[in-house]
Amino acid sequence: MRDLLLAYQSLIAFVGINGLLALSVYATLSCGQLSLANAGFMAVGAYAAALLTVKAQAPFIVVLAASALAPAIIAVPLGLPVLRLRGVFLAIATIGFGEVVRLFFVNWDYTNGALGLVAIPQRTALWTIFLALALALFVLARIRGSRFGYALEAIREDETAARTMGIDTTGHKLAMFVLGAALAGLAGGLEAHFTFMVAPGGYGFGRVVEMLVQAVVGGTAAFFGPVLGAAFLTALPEVLREVGARLGFAPGPFRLFLNGAILLLVVLFLPNGLVSLAGLRRRKK
Amino acid sequence: MGQQALNGVFVGSIYALFAVGYTLVFGVLDILNLAHAAVFMLAAFSALALVADAHLPLWMALPLAVLAAGLIGLLLERLAFRPLRGRADSNISGLISSLAMATVFEAIALQLFGPDVSRFPLGTFPDRLIRVGTASASLLQLCIIGISVLLMALLTFLLARTRLGRRLRAVAESPRAARILGVNVDRTIAAAFFLSSALGGAAGVLFGLAFNSISPDVGRSVELKGLAVIILGGMGSIPGAVVAGFALGLIEVFTVARFGSSLRDAVSFAVLFVVLLARPRGLFGQAAVREA
Repeated sequence: MRDLLLAYQSLIAFVGINGLLALSVYATLSCGQLSLANAGFMAVGAYAAALLTVKAQAPFIVVLAASALAPAIIAVPLGLPVLRLRGVFLAIATIGFGEVVRLFFVNWDYTNGALGLVAIPQRTALWTIFLALALALFVLARIRGSRFGYALEAIREDETAARTMGIDTTGHKLAMFVLGAALAGLAGGLEAHFTFMVAPGGYGFGRVVEMLVQAVVGGTAAFFGPVLGAAFLTALPEVLREVGARLGFAPGPFRLFLNGAILLLVVLFLPNGLVSLAGLRRRKK
Repeated sequence: MGQQALNGVFVGSIYALFAVGYTLVFGVLDILNLAHAAVFMLAAFSALALVADAHLPLWMALPLAVLAAGLIGLLLERLAFRPLRGRADSNISGLISSLAMATVFEAIALQLFGPDVSRFPLGTFPDRLIRVGTASASLLQLCIIGISVLLMALLTFLLARTRLGRRLRAVAESPRAARILGVNVDRTIAAAFFLSSALGGAAGVLFGLAFNSISPDVGRSVELKGLAVIILGGMGSIPGAVVAGFALGLIEVFTVARFGSSLRDAVSFAVLFVVLLARPRGLFGQAAVREA
């Protein structure tokens, strides 16, 4: 058991980090909003954390708090105007935001531009990641079934009707947007102190697509679905690495291809994701 | 000054061509096709492969690559959009499935062409400078402006004057009413995807020729600009996309000349954001009554 843990330490860590990221996308999806700003929020969290550690030698707990807080603070002024927009417009505005954050860090000399910050001390342990994940799951589980949670579901099903019922739709959407930003930032801070480095290239559009894939494949009908999806899709390329190599695929494109193909299949044939498989079996019996 | 304006029109013509295809699909289907930039990239690579590996002359490679892009568009519609039609959440699931296709396309390009920048072989296009008033432009730039304007004029003619154009406008107005009147809605939507992707592909080939650097992520920067253009022009409006494309090209070139090139991509975001806040329906768009 101990050997297994050591051999697959980084894989296990990424399952946790990706789980947090998938949950951050789920936060906005749970009220029917597709926000693609989370790679940008993750970058803000990661850079805030890395700068605090490297330049100010702050204690790790402060660093992690800052990595969640910094993007959350940015999310408020961004979210207020943007969340009045619906559907496609929200997706477009948040794609734009993510791209601008990336470009900002590419052009910021203080953090070495495109090269990023390196030699960040490794502070993240497996237990920190999974404690954070457990906390996030706890919060989301409590929301589900609460008054707040029902309001979110109402907004997802029909926003206009929800507003007519007296639900403060913008307030609810903003709360989930900020929660998503904080989760993404926290994941960024944890990852920065696990991989020793932050660079703008790691927070591009591909990253947010990856989060979305994991959330949707896992299934957004249940709060633990995204974590399931993250675990499945993080481990799958490792398991299939041999197969990909035998088919003549390079590992990078192979992973990308798998992500895209699986996402398409799930959207088409299993709209509620992997979590709905359990339900399907039960119904057939 | 004249030189900057010419450069702006040149860049703007590519943005406009790209965005016209983007907005065409949105106008017909009310769905944003996030794989449009991936088709743009694949078309640029196909043209490159035709010129560099198959040794075809450019005047043959360009239409072939555009045709290939159109066929990719048909495939895209068949795989990612048609199966979702009629589903309640088709708006968001369409966005997600088009992202999935974009990811697959990018993976294919990465596998076939590698992550590095590829270039057209030297002498693909004669290198000649032409003076226009006080400014000078390369023959290539003028040809690109000419081809873009020609293609956009063709599309406008097609939409306004042909049977297919009438069907497209009918489906855009109301798919259900169009079906009752005997329009084959599925085939019309497929045609919209073919046209849209062919135009996006043409923009990709021209972009690849103009900057002579093609990589699997070349669609990324154009995607943001295309989004800014269709928002500024008004979602679904073709004249809007044309006007906004040239406008964005000009704004961008003048901003870079005044404040430096690091702001190049910030311009499109600023435009995007201001329009979304101040006038979400853009210059020529119609106000949405209710989307739910």
